[in-house]
Amino acid sequence: MKIKYNLDKNTLNISLVGELDECSASRTRDAIESLINGVSGIVKVVFDLSLLTFMDSTGIGMFIGRYKKLKSMGISTFIKNPNDSVEKILQISGLYQIMPRV
Amino acid sequence: MTNKIRLYFSSISENEAFARNALASFILPLNPTLSEVNDVKTAVSEAVTNAIVHGYPDSVGEVEIIAEIDGNDLHIEISDYGVGIDDLEKALEPFYSTRVESERSGMGFTIMKTFMDDVTVISKLNSGTKVKMSKKINLNSAR
Repeated sequence: MKIKYNLDKNTLNISLVGELDECSASRTRDAIESLINGVSGIVKVVFDLSLLTFMDSTGIGMFIGRYKKLKSMGISTFIKNPNDSVEKILQISGLYQIMPRV
Repeated sequence: MTNKIRLYFSSISENEAFARNALASFILPLNPTLSEVNDVKTAVSEAVTNAIVHGYPDSVGEVEIIAEIDGNDLHIEISDYGVGIDDLEKALEPFYSTRVESERSGMGFTIMKTFMDDVTVISKLNSGTKVKMSKKINLNSAR
């Protein structure tokens, strides 16, 4: 799993590249946390999942954890471009209720 | 066509990708749709992750997968010989997790049930857990 990002005004776009499972979740979480802690003045985080080739329910737990952290900082969180299989898991879990798709 | 495989591997998280990719390869002769391949990969990943994280919480043990193809029917059994599930009824509920503090979603069994046609879980304390799943693959094989 790799993470790419870019800062566009006050929006932090984070792109997840690879597979998100129990094996990669903690490294992914740590990388996102240090990224978030390293920038200031953002009001919005968008997770771009177009290059996320696999995700299981461990990914849901990871996203909920990031949502809680960002919400406590007053930052809203969104998801974009999941593939069909990731989309199915996001739908079943109800994650879009807290992290809408854009 | 009938075919059968049996895999044994250590309960370390690096083997989650190995297990789901091995099962994806195993069903390829059935000419599955991409969606069917992803469904099987996801369900296998969930069951194997459970075996690794919950079956052997403090040790490394063995995970066993037996998979069979019989015509269009795929049957998969994923077993660990670890601690077993204390309250199976609760474990099967959506969003129930014994490990909320480590960001577990509690959605594993729900996803297995959604992605496979049939899921049965058998567990015995201090003996282990077996997940039996089945799914019809590529019923429109006339393509």
